[in-house]
Amino acid sequence: MEAVRVAGVSKVFNQGAVNQVDALVDIDLDVRKGEFVSLIGPSGCGKSTLLRLIADLIQPTTGEVTVNGKTAHQARLDQDYGMAFQQSGLFDWRTVERNIELPLELKGWDKPKRRARSAEMLTLVKLTEFSQHMPWQLSGGMQQRVAIARALAAHPELLLMDEPFGALDEMTREHMQAELLRICRETGTTVVFVTHSIPEAVYLADRVVVMSPRPGRITATVDVGLGRDRNELTREATEFYDRVTEVREALRGTHVGDVVAGLEDR
Amino acid sequence: MFPLAFVFVAGLWEAYKSVGPEAGGKVLGIRLLPRTADRAMPHVWDMTSRLGRPEVRGGTEAIWQVVAAATWYSFRVALVAFVIGALLGIGVAVLMARFKVIERAVMPYLVVSQTVPIIVLGPLIIGLMAYGSRDLVSKTWIAAIILGVFLAFFPVAVATLRGLQSTPPASLELMESLAAPWWRTLVKLRFPAAIPFIAPALRLAGAAAVVGVVVAEISLGVPGGVGRLILSYGQDASSDPPKLYTAVFGAAVLGLAMALLVVAIDRQLMRRHPPEAT
Amino acid sequence: MKFTARVRSSLAVILPPIVLGVVFIALWQAWVEIKDVQPFVIPKPSAIIDALREDPDLVVKASVVTGVNALVGLVLGSVIGFVAAVLTNRYRLVGDLVNPLAVTVAAVPAVVIVGVLNNMYALDSQIGRRLMVTIAVFFIVFVQVAKGLRHNNPTQMELMDSYAATPRQVLLRVRIPNTMPFLFTAIRTAAPIAVIIALVSEYFGGTQDGLGSKISGTLNGSNKALGFAYVVGGSIVGLLFFAGSSLLEYLVVPWQRRRVHG
Repeated sequence: MEAVRVAGVSKVFNQGAVNQVDALVDIDLDVRKGEFVSLIGPSGCGKSTLLRLIADLIQPTTGEVTVNGKTAHQARLDQDYGMAFQQSGLFDWRTVERNIELPLELKGWDKPKRRARSAEMLTLVKLTEFSQHMPWQLSGGMQQRVAIARALAAHPELLLMDEPFGALDEMTREHMQAELLRICRETGTTVVFVTHSIPEAVYLADRVVVMSPRPGRITATVDVGLGRDRNELTREATEFYDRVTEVREALRGTHVGDVVAGLEDR
Repeated sequence: MFPLAFVFVAGLWEAYKSVGPEAGGKVLGIRLLPRTADRAMPHVWDMTSRLGRPEVRGGTEAIWQVVAAATWYSFRVALVAFVIGALLGIGVAVLMARFKVIERAVMPYLVVSQTVPIIVLGPLIIGLMAYGSRDLVSKTWIAAIILGVFLAFFPVAVATLRGLQSTPPASLELMESLAAPWWRTLVKLRFPAAIPFIAPALRLAGAAAVVGVVVAEISLGVPGGVGRLILSYGQDASSDPPKLYTAVFGAAVLGLAMALLVVAIDRQLMRRHPPEAT
Repeated sequence: MKFTARVRSSLAVILPPIVLGVVFIALWQAWVEIKDVQPFVIPKPSAIIDALREDPDLVVKASVVTGVNALVGLVLGSVIGFVAAVLTNRYRLVGDLVNPLAVTVAAVPAVVIVGVLNNMYALDSQIGRRLMVTIAVFFIVFVQVAKGLRHNNPTQMELMDSYAATPRQVLLRVRIPNTMPFLFTAIRTAAPIAVIIALVSEYFGGTQDGLGSKISGTLNGSNKALGFAYVVGGSIVGLLFFAGSSLLEYLVVPWQRRRVHG
């Protein structure tokens, strides 16, 4: 059974109205358990929409989304996944520890269990000393680590991430990518990760899914094949550059690629 | 929604009148409920019809004309006070922005003015005026203007200063790189950038000017003003209760007119600025 | 920074306002002396200080009366305003009815409204005055909290959606805490107004033991120095309210500081 199955899905906004948008058309995607899949594409290609369809935050116009063998809706009600966004969305009025406990509170866990789990997650993201801090006392990277800890607090099998490192500077970003990989390997979580950055997509994923806009669809899939043990050296390996080039060329085949090609002719 | 709101209030008023106790009521032993006798709470239609009848028995003018004239008078006085107060406020703020010494000296007093009930100084200012000159005593509307200016000045000064000091540093650096002198930067950059701060303060200043003028009129019985009408009609309140309310109507209209004016000014000033999330 | 440099920069900040204040008071004193202004027109600063020193209890007692009225009204008005805003958030119609009312009430000079209510309530009791303050504070708090409840952080809302949280959970855990900054800013704005309304509501007769009645009584009469002493008392009450509510905001909503300064 796949962790995520998207079959024949399309999403149309404002159907029939003057501002109708074909956000996604004919999407088929399977994600295996424990796999790390990146979604990449220019603005408007529908990658964030696809992520939200999997999360059941919006519903497909046609087609079916299955998570863990259930409907996406049931998966959300059963809390089978954790989610992280570009803004950390931490609650300013709660300590780091209590922020991580939020999903557990909503599930009705009692306090000792919650405390134990949040301590565990803090160790995982290496922020144990900051458990009593307030979010605004932390840097952007640290806030995102807390957001990831929160997303994983209930030990979901699936992690959905929408450009969580988009607001960070390059060095912090690379550091966070390494941390994320380490955490996902340790917990065996399946990940669907939306990004704008080609190196990020390749570094993190087992598979990179390339999308293009108008209408949003999947145009290519690149198997990264760099193995599970990645580190700083991986970023300098020839294979890494080859994959990045492969993804970049797949992206060139999109509409944005046509515009850029026009520039290059000058 | 405005007219609906007023109908709603009028409805509540009458509903309470019909069920509420005549002498006022107690809730949990505390006199919470207002008196419903006609003397204390006239019927809505009594109040509105009173507008049509003359001011004094046998008089020729309907009272609404008297109230309207008084309201117009007070409005002009408040307008003058508002304009002078706003200009003074902006002027002082500019000086404070230019000379740090002046800013440091005056700032604490500005802050204090926002937290301390300066309206209590009203009688003092009026007394000072009386001292200043014998025939100023007869021109009591000057006292009203002064009090209005006094109350309107502070919010404008505070807000303008904050606005002048909140110019984005990147834009300031741009002006510096263009070798623009301080006053040109003021006119071309700081001042326009400060408008979003000044506009809301102008609203406050308008209301403050009205309050100052009305308070002065009530304390001094400034002839021709709506405050004076409230004062004298109030004295007739026991014999002719709706009369007082006509003057109150006038004061309410005064406040609303000023509010509309400053909102219009606000919109005009802010027309080129991006819409705010408020 | 070196010690002397530190001292110099602190002095640069503290001295100017002090100098301005001292000069102002000195000029005032001198003008009264030289022009031989009668004490019933405007008192000397020294006379004011004498009045304060002679019988501070007078001023303190009156300040307490007015202060308590303002405080009761501030607390009640804030609580009721907050609860009303949360309740009416569900029913847009109520908000739409109350908002124009709030705008109108804000536009009409407070003095006039107090006068009208004097008719209905007999402001001779402290209760009436507290009620006045409550009403004024209520409108301020209500409008601000209602506004705050309409501002929703989209990321947090999506997050709660992903948790399949019930609307009640969302309200309690996200929307109301997000409203706290608005609430405490509104309280800070309303605090000086509470003092002003408490003062003004005493102008209309009734028990003459609060600051407002004492001030209007003495400033209109001959003992102006005492009147000024009361004004000083009133200013201190105003400052205390402002400081107290600012402190409250600082303690309860610390992250607001960050947003303002960083």
